[in-house]
Amino acid sequence: MKLLHRRDLVCQQAVELVTDYLEGSLSRSARRRFEAHLAGCPHCTEYLAQMRETISLTGRLEPEDLTPQMREEFTDLYRRWRSEQQ
Amino acid sequence: MRAGRGPRSGPRPARPILSVMDPDGELLHRLRSGDERAFVSLVERYHEPMLRLAASFVPSRAVAEEVVQDTWLAALRGLEAFEGRSSLKTWLFRILVNRARTTGSKEQRSVPVADPEPAVDPTRFGGDGGWSDPPEHWIEAAERRMEAGKLADRVRAWLGELPARQREVVLLRDIEGMSSEEVCTVLALTEGNQRVLLHRGRSRLRQLFEDEFREVR
Repeated sequence: MKLLHRRDLVCQQAVELVTDYLEGSLSRSARRRFEAHLAGCPHCTEYLAQMRETISLTGRLEPEDLTPQMREEFTDLYRRWRSEQQ
Repeated sequence: MRAGRGPRSGPRPARPILSVMDPDGELLHRLRSGDERAFVSLVERYHEPMLRLAASFVPSRAVAEEVVQDTWLAALRGLEAFEGRSSLKTWLFRILVNRARTTGSKEQRSVPVADPEPAVDPTRFGGDGGWSDPPEHWIEAAERRMEAGKLADRVRAWLGELPARQREVVLLRDIEGMSSEEVCTVLALTEGNQRVLLHRGRSRLRQLFEDEFREVR
């Protein structure tokens, strides 16, 4: 029989630590406790994988291209600035 | 300049990031010496991201566009004085945020960080704190839909629905790839608050992905 250690994490606590874990901002002991929880919990392991996936998918949004007209406007802006400089 | 601490989600996919091909020093030199292509490519890279960020401070897209225009002008005018103590990008976004804050200050700003907001709906856990309604698998389905080009617009829309302060942090960290230190500088946040906002923003997005793919089945 596995005794529930007083300091063992439950899932509801573990999901709140995911960002701190990914940021590397947990203390060593907190990180060990978090990883020990993951080792025994497939759902929280899945949850962590989903948070990583969320970050990865969000990071794949591309800025939209400038329209040719905007390109022209900004070239003008720069030229005006240059002429103010002289 | 990523934080490089702790486990992350792996390397960001390659995209033509100016600062990678063109270190700040080099770019600054080209900008100051009249290379208009350097300026246009800077605009190309940052205009959209700046618009998205500005939009979370001000009431309309039109006002956001004005703020970004002003920022470009202010950046050009400040170029000579820029000392390179932060990256060019951090400097640029900081100018933007200062302007956007001044312009949008009449608007009521969102929920304080101190208000609790659980990452996952508490009803999904049992009395012992363990999952009673565990996360459903959606990673492969999301990857397929992203690769088919059918997910990006949804993600953009979800970002727009995040509370403004969460959106700002997620935009800069996860889309712009700034380090936590840079984001704290740009948004004038403490490390702790930056992390709380990032956690809430990412957690909400994860839930939206889960909901999206739950509906499909």
